[in-house]
Amino acid sequence: MTLQGSVWKYGDNVDTDAIIPARYLNMSTAEELAQHCMEDIDTSFVGAVQPGDIIVGGENFGCGSSREHAPLAIKGAGVSCVIADSFARIFYRNAINIGLPILACPEAVAGAQKGDALTVDLEAGTITNARTGEIYRTSPFPPFIMGIIQAGGLVPYTRKRLQ
Amino acid sequence: MRGHTLAEKLIASHVPGSTGVRPGDLVEVSVDVVLANDITAPISLREFESLGVARVFDPEKVVLVADHFAPNKDIKSAEQCKAMREFAHAQGIANHYDVGRMGIEHVLLHEQGLVLPGDVVVGADSHTCTYGALGAFATGMGSTDIAVAMATGSIWMRVPETIRFEYTGTRQPWVGGKDLILYTIGQIGVSGALYMAMEFAGPVVDTLSMSDRFTMSNMAIEAGGKAGLFAVDSATREYVAGRAKRDYQVYASDADAIYARVVTIDVSDMAPQVSFPHLPENAKPVSEAQGVKIDQAVIGSCTNGRLEDLRVAAQILTGRKVHPDVRCIVIPGTQQVYLDALREGLVEAFIEAGAVVSTPTCGPCLGGHMGILAAGERAVSTTNRNFRGRMGHPDSEVYLSGPAVAAASAIAGTIVHPDEVMG
Repeated sequence: MTLQGSVWKYGDNVDTDAIIPARYLNMSTAEELAQHCMEDIDTSFVGAVQPGDIIVGGENFGCGSSREHAPLAIKGAGVSCVIADSFARIFYRNAINIGLPILACPEAVAGAQKGDALTVDLEAGTITNARTGEIYRTSPFPPFIMGIIQAGGLVPYTRKRLQ
Repeated sequence: MRGHTLAEKLIASHVPGSTGVRPGDLVEVSVDVVLANDITAPISLREFESLGVARVFDPEKVVLVADHFAPNKDIKSAEQCKAMREFAHAQGIANHYDVGRMGIEHVLLHEQGLVLPGDVVVGADSHTCTYGALGAFATGMGSTDIAVAMATGSIWMRVPETIRFEYTGTRQPWVGGKDLILYTIGQIGVSGALYMAMEFAGPVVDTLSMSDRFTMSNMAIEAGGKAGLFAVDSATREYVAGRAKRDYQVYASDADAIYARVVTIDVSDMAPQVSFPHLPENAKPVSEAQGVKIDQAVIGSCTNGRLEDLRVAAQILTGRKVHPDVRCIVIPGTQQVYLDALREGLVEAFIEAGAVVSTPTCGPCLGGHMGILAAGERAVSTTNRNFRGRMGHPDSEVYLSGPAVAAASAIAGTIVHPDEVMG
């Protein structure tokens, strides 16, 4: 599974209130939530994000509230992948569970600038930056996580297994 | 063979056939309580239906609480509460707490005896870690995980390492659980306990009320923690007596348990703490915030909405007046807390002082309703997060504190040490 897109770069401790402010938690679909993704820290994001784009963050990405609305908003906005130095625990589970690939790779983060074109090979665990030509290695997903992502999330994956 | 931590023992006790677990093990854990609220349940219900499972694994073990945007703040919130209500009725879930019975979930569940020592609890709310104060393993997850737990009664977990915090010395006046946990987060940072359990111990812990312990466990997540645990002692047993409707188990860390780190904190010189915008780790002694002008003071939430918190606030507000430029909003955590506060005369003291008293709700803590900040406004708040825009406009600010500093600041109009107004 190969993903390609341009980088949106943010700093450390991007919290889930920043990803989707609580005032929008009276909604719950990815499409509705995507309209407000990142708006309190980056007003340009919603209008300019393109399908496949990649969010790059620093340490502890997705900290704070357990709201699954946060990865849903990101996925709904068309983002194909999030790469960060590290992830908050609940956000990590939530992203995998809804089928949003998420990779911890500090080297790729350090080498990425806003607008860089990245190619991510999930099976191989590689991230290629077209601007610099650098190829970064991260731990590839184990087969069951890859299965969840390919199925589109934990629920479709579980449903398929139950059949 | 080295001993086990409290976290390891609690998890192992819920893994069928386990003879002991170690950090890093991935295990499937049976759960005693599965929790969701009015903003996280709607996604859980959708995913639950999508799983194609007809019934929840045990309607007695599922708890649903309408607290975040309830009483319904708008039509969309009303629809979300309605969907949860209909699900509860269809599934025969008796522990569905609606307006009139409801309170803030992490003040309500232990008050009602729904969580007991030795339990494993998963909730679609990050502050589910609150119940660690009872010697239970409790952790927050997302809505999809909770849907699976509702369907199967089990969930996979990675066994966490534990950081042990030993609190020594003697607390100064006005220094409570909130000050201890803000200071601790200030020491280790907002990702200092990422993926780990925090275990709170040492002689100072013996002097803490259950209320103070719930406050500390509640904020384990603000250091990235998976759980915030206290050992069971006489205070725990006393709290649980009369609430428990089933037997419970008590576990304790072994003396030779393996910790990722042991952090010793001498509290003797610790002043009441204030966490500056926009991260809980920006904890400083209140003297450093002295003079910061505030527009609003919020006293309540799953962190500090218990009767003991309101007593501390009332001790300061009684016979005094809230500053004319400050809106002081007091939110009892549950109906029982509200009623007890009323009977003790605390509610009267708040209203006489010029504060407002709200029905239980998470409300302003997450910028939902009941006290949203405008651009440029600043609040001192006993809540748990001060992220940018958390209480309203992205250009507003939240200073976190305990109830004593919040009440004193409401009177002064600026952030002050409680001694300043108690003089």
